[in-house]
Amino acid sequence: MMELLAERGSLFALTGAALIALGFYGFIMRRALIRRLIAFNVIGSGIFLLFGGTGYFGGGVDPVPRALIITGIVVALALTAFAAALAVRLARSGDDDENPEAGR
Amino acid sequence: MSLAFDLALCALILGAAGLAVAGRNLFGSVVFYIVYGVLIALAWVSLGAADVALAEAAIGAGVTGVLLIGAWQGMKDAGGLEAEITKSLPVRVLAGLGAAALGALIGFAVLSLPGHDGLTGPVAENQPALDLGNPVTAVLLSFRAYDTLLETLVLTAALAAVWSLTPARFWGGIPGPKHTTRPDGVMASFGRLLPPLGVLVAVYLVWAGADQPGGAFQAGTVLAAVWILIVLAGLRDEPRLSSLILRLIVIAGPLVFLGAGLAGALAGLALGYPEGHARTLILIIEYALTLSIAATLALLIAGPARRAP
Amino acid sequence: MNLLFALVALPLLFMLASLVAGRHGPRLIWLAAPLMTGLAVWLAMAVHTAPEGGALGGWPVPLGIMLEADGLAAALMLASAITAAITGLFALGSYGTTRAETTRSYTFWPLFYGLWAAVNAVLVSRDLFNLYVAIELLSICAVALAAFGSRKAAMDYLMIALAGSLAYLLGVVLIFAAVGTLDLSLIAERAPEARTSVLIGAALISAGLIAKTALFPLHGWLPPAHGAAPPAVSALLSALVVKASFVILLRVWFEALPGLTQPAIITGFGVLGAAAILYGSALALRQEGLKALIAYSTVAQLGYLFLVFPLAGGGEAITPWAAGAWGAMGFHASAHMLAKAGLFLAAGLMIHASGNGRMDGLTGLARAMPVTTFAFALCAVSLMGLPPSGGFMAKYLMLISSLASGQWPYALVIIAGGLMAAAYLFRPLARMFAGTETPAITPLPHNWLPLAPLALAIAAMALGLLSAAPYELMVSGLPEAGEAGLEEVEP
Repeated sequence: MMELLAERGSLFALTGAALIALGFYGFIMRRALIRRLIAFNVIGSGIFLLFGGTGYFGGGVDPVPRALIITGIVVALALTAFAAALAVRLARSGDDDENPEAGR
Repeated sequence: MSLAFDLALCALILGAAGLAVAGRNLFGSVVFYIVYGVLIALAWVSLGAADVALAEAAIGAGVTGVLLIGAWQGMKDAGGLEAEITKSLPVRVLAGLGAAALGALIGFAVLSLPGHDGLTGPVAENQPALDLGNPVTAVLLSFRAYDTLLETLVLTAALAAVWSLTPARFWGGIPGPKHTTRPDGVMASFGRLLPPLGVLVAVYLVWAGADQPGGAFQAGTVLAAVWILIVLAGLRDEPRLSSLILRLIVIAGPLVFLGAGLAGALAGLALGYPEGHARTLILIIEYALTLSIAATLALLIAGPARRAP
Repeated sequence: MNLLFALVALPLLFMLASLVAGRHGPRLIWLAAPLMTGLAVWLAMAVHTAPEGGALGGWPVPLGIMLEADGLAAALMLASAITAAITGLFALGSYGTTRAETTRSYTFWPLFYGLWAAVNAVLVSRDLFNLYVAIELLSICAVALAAFGSRKAAMDYLMIALAGSLAYLLGVVLIFAAVGTLDLSLIAERAPEARTSVLIGAALISAGLIAKTALFPLHGWLPPAHGAAPPAVSALLSALVVKASFVILLRVWFEALPGLTQPAIITGFGVLGAAAILYGSALALRQEGLKALIAYSTVAQLGYLFLVFPLAGGGEAITPWAAGAWGAMGFHASAHMLAKAGLFLAAGLMIHASGNGRMDGLTGLARAMPVTTFAFALCAVSLMGLPPSGGFMAKYLMLISSLASGQWPYALVIIAGGLMAAAYLFRPLARMFAGTETPAITPLPHNWLPLAPLALAIAAMALGLLSAAPYELMVSGLPEAGEAGLEEVEP
C-alpha cells in the first residue's frame, strides 16, 4: 500500500476516487442547490485528478489528458454558470413569469 | 516535491472537500470550496502540470467561486436559500455506504489498470509540424481542435442560456447592481492600479501559451477578472446587453475558429491548417478566443439583466 | 468528412449569427431550414453507396478525432433535419417577432441552433470525449429551452443531466486510462486486454446515458419538463434530445465494446426497455392533460429503442433477422422523431385554440381545426404502429426479429405496447370528434401553422410507404455486432 501511494500518479488518482465518492454523497444527500453545485464541482475535479493521476508517467502528465482536463474545466464552468443563474431566477420568482407560456 | 508533501496535500484536499460538501453553514461551504480549488491547483503543480494548475486556480476555484458567491447572494436577497434537512441516521449510513462502495469500485478500477504508453509519443512526434513549443496548445488547437471548438461554443451557449432567464421587462438592460465606492477608497485605487497589471499578465499568458504553459482560457479568465474589478471599484458600469459591439466581441473568437475550420473544409481538409501557416493561424485564433472568452466569462458572472435598458 | 463537419459547423454558424442579428435573428431559419435539410439529403445519398468519414485536421487516431456517418447516422441526421427545420419554422409563430427584440425571440434561436448542431455532432463523432463535449452542448441548450416552460422542472432536469454527465465522463476517463485511446474502433481493438477497468467504465457510461435518455426507472424528470415546455420546445426535446444519448449508448456497446458483454447486460437493457413500454403506456393512459399524455408516451416509446440490445445484440439471436432488428430500431427512432414532434406541435395549436390543456378542452375540435386534427391523427397512427406509417415498419420488423430469435416475451410486450398506445391516443381523438357543435376557438397567430404538424405527419407516413430505401440506408454499414450479436464478435 505504502509503495503504491509513494507513486505520485496513483496517490492522486486514488485521492480523485475518494473525492468522487465524497461528492457523490453530497450530491444525493444535500438539498440546497448551491451545495449540490459544490458537490458537482468536487466530483468534476475528482474525475480530473483521477485523469491526471492515471496519465502521470515519470516526469509529468501526458499532454492529451492535460488538454482534455482544461476543456473539461471550462465545460463544467459553463454548466455551473447556467445552473447558478437558474437557481437565482427560481428563488426570485419561482415558476411564474410575467408572460407565462407553460403549457401553451 | 516529496512524498510527505503529497500525502499532506491529499489529506488537506479531502478535508476541504469534506467541509465544503458536509458543512452546516452554506456560505462557509462556498469558502471551503474555494480553498479546495486552490489546493487542487497545488496538486496539479505537484504533478508537473502548470497549465492545468492555472486553469484550475483561475476557472475552477476563481470564476466558479465568484459564481457560487453570486448565487448565494442572489438567493439570499430573494429569500430563497433553502434550509438543509438533516436526513435520518439510517439514510445517511446507507448513502455513506453507497458512496464508499462507489469510491472503492473506482479505486479498484484504477488499481487494475494494465498501463499503456499514453499519447506523449505521438504528440511529440507531430508537434514540430505545427512549430509550437507547448504540447498542450498543439493538442487544444490542432490535434483535437474540434473539441476546443465545440467547447468554446458550449460557453457561448451557456451565455445564451443565462440570458434566456432575463425577466421580459429587463431585456437588453444592464446586469447586476450598480457599484459605487469612495473615489479615494482602497477599492477604487485597486480598481485603478490592478487592471493594467492584469492586462499585462493576460497578454503574457496568451503570448507565452504557444510555447509555454498558458493559453486562451487562462488569459481570458485573467482579463475577465480585470473587468470585474473595474466594475466592483465603480469605475465603469456593466454594459447594456443589447449592445452590438458587446455581442460582436462575444462571437468573434468562435467565429474566427469556425471560419478557419470551414475554410479548411472548403480547401479539402476540415480543421486543417495550410502547411507552414499553422502557427500563425493558431495564434490568430488564440487571440480572438482570448477576447471572446474574457467577455463571455465576465458576462456569465454578471448574469441576466436586472436593470431596465 | 468535410460534409460531416459542415453539418455540425453550419448550425453553429447560425447560432453565432442569431446572436448578433438582433431582431432579425428569427429570419435566419428561412435559410437554415432548406440548407441543412439539403445537406442531410446529400449525406444520405452519399452514405447509401459508402460510409462517409475521415480524420479532422488530417490527424489520425489515436491522436486526432474521427468523424464518420454510417447508414444509421445518415438516416437519423435526415430525420432530425426534417424535424428541426419544420419545428424551427413553426417556432416563428411564437418567437418570430421582428418588431423588437424580446428575451424569448432573441434567446430561443441560438439555443435552437446549438441544440441542432449538438445532435448532429453526436451522430457523427467517433471519439468518446468529443461526444462528452457535444452532449454537454446539447444539455445546456435543452435545459435552457425547457426552462421556457417550467423553471422548476428544468432545474430537476438539469440536476439529472449534471449527474449523468459526471457518470459518463468518469467512465470515459477510466476507459482512456485503461486503453490509451478515445476512438471507438481502437477501443474495440484494445479493450480485451483491460477488461475489468473497461467494463467498470462502460457501466458508469451506461448509467449516465440511461439517465439522460430517461429510460425507466430514471425517467421521472422527463414528463414534467417535456409536458410543461412550449410546443416547439417539447417537440425538440422529445424528438431529438433523448435520442442523442441513446445513440451514444449504442455506439459504446455495439462498436467500442462488442465481445465484452455478458448476457445479463443485454437482458438488463431489454427488460428495462420492456418495463418502460408498459409503465410509460400505463401512465399515459391515466393522464388528463394532453401534453402530459404525449410526454408519458415518450417514456414508453423510448423503451422500444432498447429492445435492440436483446433483438440484434443477443448472442443467441443470430438469425437473418438480427439486421432486421437494427433496421427496426432505426425506423423507430426516425418515425418517433417525426410523429412525436408533429403530435406536440398539433397539441400546442389545439391548446392555444381551445385555451384549455385538458382532455375535455378538445371536444369537437375536429370541426374547428380539421387540418390540425388530421395531422394529430396521422401522427397517432404512426405511434400506434398501424400501417402504412414508419412506426408500423418499426414494430413489424421488431416483432419478426423477436419471434425469429425465439424471444417471444418481447413480442408480447411490443403487441401490448401497440394496443396501449392505441388506447391512450384514442382518448384525445375521440374527444376531438365528439359532439355535434363547432366550438368557438381563439384564432391562431398565423393560418399556416397547422401545416407544420401536417408536414411532419406526412413525413412519418412517407417513411412507411417508401420503406425500402430508408431500410437499406439504415442497415448499410451496420456494425458487425449488430448482425452477429454483441457477444459473438471476437474480442
